[in-house]
Amino acid sequence: MSSIAPASADAGAVVGVGDSRPPDGKPQRRLSLNLRQSGIYVAFALIIVLFSVLTGGDLLQPQNISNIIVQNSYILILAIGMILIIIAGHIDLSVGSVVAVSGAISAVLMVNHDVPWPLALLITLVVGGLIGAWQGYWIAYFGIPAFIVTLAGMLLFRALTLTVLGNQGIGPFPEEIRTLSNGFTSGYFGNIGLGPLGGADLFSLLVGVVAVVGIAGTQWRTRKARLGYQQVVDPLPLFLLKIVAAAVVVLAVVVQLARFKNLPWVLVLLAVLVLGYSLLTNRVVFGRQIYAVGGNVQAATLSGVKVKSVIFWIFVNMGVLAALAGVIFAGRLNQAGPTAGNSFELDAIAAAFIGGAAVQGGVGKVVGAITGGLIMGVINNGMSLIGAPSERVMLVKGIVLLAAVAFDVWTKRRAGLASR
Amino acid sequence: MTDDNILRMRGITKTFPGVKALQDVNLSVRRGEIHAICGENGAGKSTLMKVLSGVYPYGSYEGEIYVDGELSKFGDIRASEQRGIAIIHQELALAQQLSIAENIFLGNELSNRGLIDWNRTNHEAAELLRRVGLTENPVTPVLDLGVGKQQLVEIAKALSKRVRLLILDEPTAALNDDDSAHLLDLLRGLRSQGITSVIISHKLNEVREIADRITILRDGRSIETLDPAVEEVTEDRIISGMVGRALENRFPPHESRIGEEVLRIEDWTVHSPTQRGRVVVSKANLSLRRGEIVGLAGLMGAGRTELAMSVFGRSYGTNISGRIFKDGHQIELRSVRDAIRHGIAYVTEDRKRYGLNLIDDIKRNISAAGLRKLARRGWVNENEEYRVANDFRTSMNIKAPTVASITGKLSGGNQQKVVLSKWIFTDPDVLILDEPTRGIDVGAKYEIYSIINRLADEGKAVLVISSELPELLGLCDRVYALSAGRVTGEVDRKDATQERLMQYMTKEQE
Repeated sequence: MSSIAPASADAGAVVGVGDSRPPDGKPQRRLSLNLRQSGIYVAFALIIVLFSVLTGGDLLQPQNISNIIVQNSYILILAIGMILIIIAGHIDLSVGSVVAVSGAISAVLMVNHDVPWPLALLITLVVGGLIGAWQGYWIAYFGIPAFIVTLAGMLLFRALTLTVLGNQGIGPFPEEIRTLSNGFTSGYFGNIGLGPLGGADLFSLLVGVVAVVGIAGTQWRTRKARLGYQQVVDPLPLFLLKIVAAAVVVLAVVVQLARFKNLPWVLVLLAVLVLGYSLLTNRVVFGRQIYAVGGNVQAATLSGVKVKSVIFWIFVNMGVLAALAGVIFAGRLNQAGPTAGNSFELDAIAAAFIGGAAVQGGVGKVVGAITGGLIMGVINNGMSLIGAPSERVMLVKGIVLLAAVAFDVWTKRRAGLASR
Repeated sequence: MTDDNILRMRGITKTFPGVKALQDVNLSVRRGEIHAICGENGAGKSTLMKVLSGVYPYGSYEGEIYVDGELSKFGDIRASEQRGIAIIHQELALAQQLSIAENIFLGNELSNRGLIDWNRTNHEAAELLRRVGLTENPVTPVLDLGVGKQQLVEIAKALSKRVRLLILDEPTAALNDDDSAHLLDLLRGLRSQGITSVIISHKLNEVREIADRITILRDGRSIETLDPAVEEVTEDRIISGMVGRALENRFPPHESRIGEEVLRIEDWTVHSPTQRGRVVVSKANLSLRRGEIVGLAGLMGAGRTELAMSVFGRSYGTNISGRIFKDGHQIELRSVRDAIRHGIAYVTEDRKRYGLNLIDDIKRNISAAGLRKLARRGWVNENEEYRVANDFRTSMNIKAPTVASITGKLSGGNQQKVVLSKWIFTDPDVLILDEPTRGIDVGAKYEIYSIINRLADEGKAVLVISSELPELLGLCDRVYALSAGRVTGEVDRKDATQERLMQYMTKEQE
């Protein structure tokens, strides 16, 4: 559902901006505000259009959409944890090594010791949490900058990986882990014909319809509640337009996936994570406190936020998510290798910043980070489809990262000037 | 050069998108005078000085600037510095890790064929320090100096650039009375050496004391220039020019209905967290009653903020001893959360650093300390949050289009109202307000006073910490005086005078 989420939350973001202005607000500022918050989604759409044209439509082929999701799933999972850390004003350079060590541990447990896969998965996640707790302790309670602690962690956990693996790859993984990483939901209700589009999996289509109804329903309820509190909301036609747009995007993606091989399991997992973490950051006290800490740590302390514990727990959370990504990555390759996860931290950090996080902290959204990750995923995929060499892909990704942050700084500066 | 004005600004108009910050402003500064500029926050004082010093380059404003009768078109700060104009901003811009000498010659290094001549740098720095009355070694790192001395280093830096017109933006805002007096003396000394000063200040008593002439700005326009040599200029006269009406009363009338004791502090002793063994607050005793407004007076360094913050969940200090009683029962406040739970709120003196999340909006700032009240089983009800914030926006008269406006863009007075709202929302019995009107314009001050009175009428006890004695006298039912960490006196409203308080505040330890 990673492609669903941006569209729906985009709608949410724009609704949020809509109600932030009075009906008689200055239209010109409203537009620029809209652009700042939704710029990333517009950029994402443009990049998709661009590569669709360049690849002659291959980008949006059923199998390719599925590939983009599966190939980027672990980066997206890391990006979710990373955005929380960046919102709090910290950074984690160790996630690539944590991916490697947790893949290695799960491999040793499942392959060498025949531990049942659910138990092995659980143990690996716990180990990830412990790694996060170790780093969180030094950062939050001992007061060492996260940059240093996680730089050390990057070395420590890579070393641990090599030790655990004895410098060689371990595999193959049990069927279930491979299915989670690489597999698809089975066609529970069989196929139906979609006319010229050919056959498609009915179950996937039903899930898509349920998702669309769910999005529309929650948006409608939110709108009703806001109206009940006499807040300003989008005019009804605009609201409906956004819902319809979101529905079209979701259904388009689902139909393509259904025509290929049903829903990838990692997509289901990602959808649950994105939904859960979006709710956490917006609606749960703990999530709000992350923003408070990143925005002004002293003010947060004096408002009764337990700053140290907040920082500690977001690193624990990062450790668990990195362990999950590690198992999925290893399962996908069907082998835990010593070089697994190399430079994943950079991709996750880049995803967060492309997705609108601020270097100083206090700003960022889970959906933004996912979109940032997908932008890089689409660039990777699109450029390899048109046969671009890898150095050019790297070049483009670097420019995109710089441009995204430059755009953010620029809009902020303009907004600052406007308010004097 | 027949002009005896060193500076004339004529018809200055500066527009930002949507706002006219300055409109047809005129300012003439005579050679060798101290010229004060007064105005409420947002009146355009700082903008005018930025136009003058080239921060806003020629062409970005309308109107003309004449320096020594010559039309000047400054493209940047360097251009204005070359004409002998230096500006010292409210927020000091010294590199904390560098030495005094390095700071003085920063960007203007004394070098010999590309290498810095350290002997000459330190020698000349020492000379400049002598001129501003400092005896510090020029190699001392700036971070070892207090704010007052750092200010003097800034002036020394300006002198090193052969300044002829010195602009000071709120130079005494962060200084205690001694340092302020020293700074004002220094400006007089510079005047006798022929250096002209333009000083922006909210402290009207200082302005009256030091200024040869006073120009008043209001809503981006220059209203008038007052000359004490021609007419009598009282503080009320300046205020009426600033607010555009005669201000009969700076304090709203209020009759307190005082009830039971709600908070008592006994033998409260606090040690400094940074300097070993230093006692910051010593055996302090305080008592607050319901519906009562109590003042806490003290000079800079007397330990007022330290006392308040140490009570507020040990937010300051180490090795704290003493007892706190709430409604007659002894309580322990180990954390800010404990304090909030026991109905104590502390509104900081530095709202930008300690009070607000400036990049977030009004509603989330208001809910920050009482978020749990808006949450059921950890889930925040955002609609309730909106309603609560909106209610505060109305009741506190926060001037912002909506509660989704970013707090960093509000004026000082409105930011203060947001911080107050945040703490009122926690529904405290005791509110400690640390310098609640610092950096706020006169109109907003009156509103803050009204809010404080309203809180007392609701039966809350309010402890007001303030450096402005008239404020304490006008507002409080009772005032404690603090000197060097000790409570040296307690004065009732009817007996309170500035002189009496000042006696207690300067009382030496026995």
